[in-house]
Amino acid sequence: MQRETSQTTIPFWRDERVLKVLGQIAFVILVGLFFSVIFRNMMTGLAKQGITLSLGFLRGVSGFDIAETLFPYDRNSTYLQAYQIGLLNTLLVSVVGIFFATILGVVLGVARLSTNFIINRLAAFYLELIRNLSLLVFLIFWYLGVFLKLPKVKEAIIWTGNIFLSNRGVGIPWGIPTASFPTFRLILLFGFILALIVFFSLRAYSQRTGRAPLTLLWTLLTFLLVAAAGWILLPEKPLAIDLPRVQGLRLTGGKILTPEFMALTSGLTLYTAAFIGEVVRAGIQSVSKGQVEAARALGLNGFQTLRLVVFPQALRVIVPPLTSQYLNLIKNSSLAISVGYPDVFYVSNTIQNQTGRAVEMIGMVMLTYLAFSLITSLLMNWYNKKIKLVER
Amino acid sequence: MRKIFAITGILIVAGLVLAACGGAATSAPSGSGETVTVKETVIVTVVAPASPAVVAPTGYGVTLETVKARGNLICGVNSQVPGFGYVDANGNFSGFDVDYCRALAAAIFGDPTKVEFRPVTAAERFTALQSGEIDILSRNTTWTLVRDTELGGNFVHTTFYDGQGMMVPADSGITTLQDLEGGTICVQTGTTTELNLADVMASLGVSYTPAVFEDADATFAAYSEGRCDAVTTDKSGLVSRRTVLADPAAHVILDVTMSKEPLGPMVRHGDDQWFDIAQWTVFALFAGEEFGITSANVDEVKASATAPEVKRLLGLEGDLGLKLGLTNDWAYNILKLVGNYEEVYNRNLGPDTPTYIPRGLNNLYINGGLLYAPPFR
Repeated sequence: MQRETSQTTIPFWRDERVLKVLGQIAFVILVGLFFSVIFRNMMTGLAKQGITLSLGFLRGVSGFDIAETLFPYDRNSTYLQAYQIGLLNTLLVSVVGIFFATILGVVLGVARLSTNFIINRLAAFYLELIRNLSLLVFLIFWYLGVFLKLPKVKEAIIWTGNIFLSNRGVGIPWGIPTASFPTFRLILLFGFILALIVFFSLRAYSQRTGRAPLTLLWTLLTFLLVAAAGWILLPEKPLAIDLPRVQGLRLTGGKILTPEFMALTSGLTLYTAAFIGEVVRAGIQSVSKGQVEAARALGLNGFQTLRLVVFPQALRVIVPPLTSQYLNLIKNSSLAISVGYPDVFYVSNTIQNQTGRAVEMIGMVMLTYLAFSLITSLLMNWYNKKIKLVER
Repeated sequence: MRKIFAITGILIVAGLVLAACGGAATSAPSGSGETVTVKETVIVTVVAPASPAVVAPTGYGVTLETVKARGNLICGVNSQVPGFGYVDANGNFSGFDVDYCRALAAAIFGDPTKVEFRPVTAAERFTALQSGEIDILSRNTTWTLVRDTELGGNFVHTTFYDGQGMMVPADSGITTLQDLEGGTICVQTGTTTELNLADVMASLGVSYTPAVFEDADATFAAYSEGRCDAVTTDKSGLVSRRTVLADPAAHVILDVTMSKEPLGPMVRHGDDQWFDIAQWTVFALFAGEEFGITSANVDEVKASATAPEVKRLLGLEGDLGLKLGLTNDWAYNILKLVGNYEEVYNRNLGPDTPTYIPRGLNNLYINGGLLYAPPFR
């Protein structure tokens, strides 16, 4: 007690609380000065060469073609449009990659814990092999070693009559919207709303009674039922199925997935899935054995134990590292340049090279990846907060 | 508490070192050891932004001074195009563009080996030049207006007149660009080729899909795997890359020229002396051939020279070399140690090489070509 009262009299330069604050302020100033030096250095250097920073060049005509575009683009489009094409391509690869990597990762994680010796060993072999490869090497293997080794267009492997495998790409059947498609879209919207109603009423029911119905399953079934009903009842099918075929030098019809896209997505998916598999395994193993034994003692069956006891608890452990795997996948997609897939980094490289605007383009790309990663983090953190243990 | 002091101390020292580095040619961080006070740091850091920062050396005469002080020339070259710039299994560089660097080193140091070759990709070459990482870019680069202005460089002179071509597998039956309708064409990113391809195909109304790769190796690897129906680059590049394909005879270069591609070395804006040295090195190579001076007979010619221009070129009369900031025997050294244009050409692209390209426009004006050196006086 005596010491505490005497503390009020010590001079501020020996007061730990004041010093801590001062230390932080000094640190911020130092960091600020450091970056201002770097920035001014760059500006001086650029000024010496008569280069000024501006984004006006983005409105200029690009003059180059891009192989894969999600919306119309040609050589008369602007650099900004070229950048947007790249942005969407990165987004596409990331979303597709995350979707499949998650499914495969969960399967691998569960398989790794299987009591079946062969499944268990196979999963372990896959995880250990893939996790210890370099992603760049892995991508180039998929590109040069797999997708470009497929036969030529004219000798394409035709799988079940509808899937074409060739070194110009993989052709799959694809739907083309017909006249009734707008109506079908409305039906889908209706199905979505109905599914939401089912979801929320089942959840309310669960909270009221303490029972645990298969909420997600019923929600999905509702949506699918409405969609199927719409598909069957509409006089004209909303989507005409277009099959791929060989025409001259190329595959046409259906949807042609280029070797670059296939190599990049399969490489990223299979690579990230291995890491997700380990995350899932760790999550499941983190649930103590007592929980499972208690669940079985209460009379829950194996599936119920997994769904109601193990998984909700495992998820708390899984989600944070899963988030960083998702971020890795997004950032790793910039390796697209090694297999010639026009993602945002690739396109920005081309723009930088044709215009000489290195600083601006690098800045834009950095901001783009930062934004992608922050948005993903935000979503995953929100989800994490929702599922985490509420302590009372 | 001690920990905070220690961390702050480390940061201060680090900041000082960085500030000193940022402050260009200021001396090494004085007393960057243990006795650094906060006051000193603040002064240094605040002063640093005002002092000249480390940038690519520009301004008249700076580059030559830097190169001489360093003791060698850093030349940005290609390492993937045989005949122009290629690095063999032993790490030796050879090629037409590479020999130009040697000629420049011979002019400066009287020693063609005082060159450090730095392989740069098409995409990074201009940044490397701008940032001062290389002194000169000698890497089959096409002279265009944008590159001459906005990219902060000056083209020295055309050393090789080229045109864009198209190569297809011989058994494909393709003979014109129109036959490529609907096909896929492999091309390298960041090149004029990529832009010309879009231009030419748009004006012909031929629809195609580009498959664009980062460097020549990747582009031709994809082509040889059958990813594309054709591959396009400068004709010289096609001839040279064909030699390293698995079966060179199975590929033909179409008889079409899609663009003008004047290739030559490039220097940074801002140092006219360096530009002059680089340019007159090219002219010395041309003049050597014009006057019939080769590495074999240069000593003989020097001993018996009577023509005034030859005497001025070889440094026997006047002080042309000194005007460039070099020694008076600069051109003698080029011709003695590297040879004239014809020798350089034949060594890399002549009939005895696998990368044979007929001289065509790359001949002296007196032989129907475009090579023409201004007077040495």
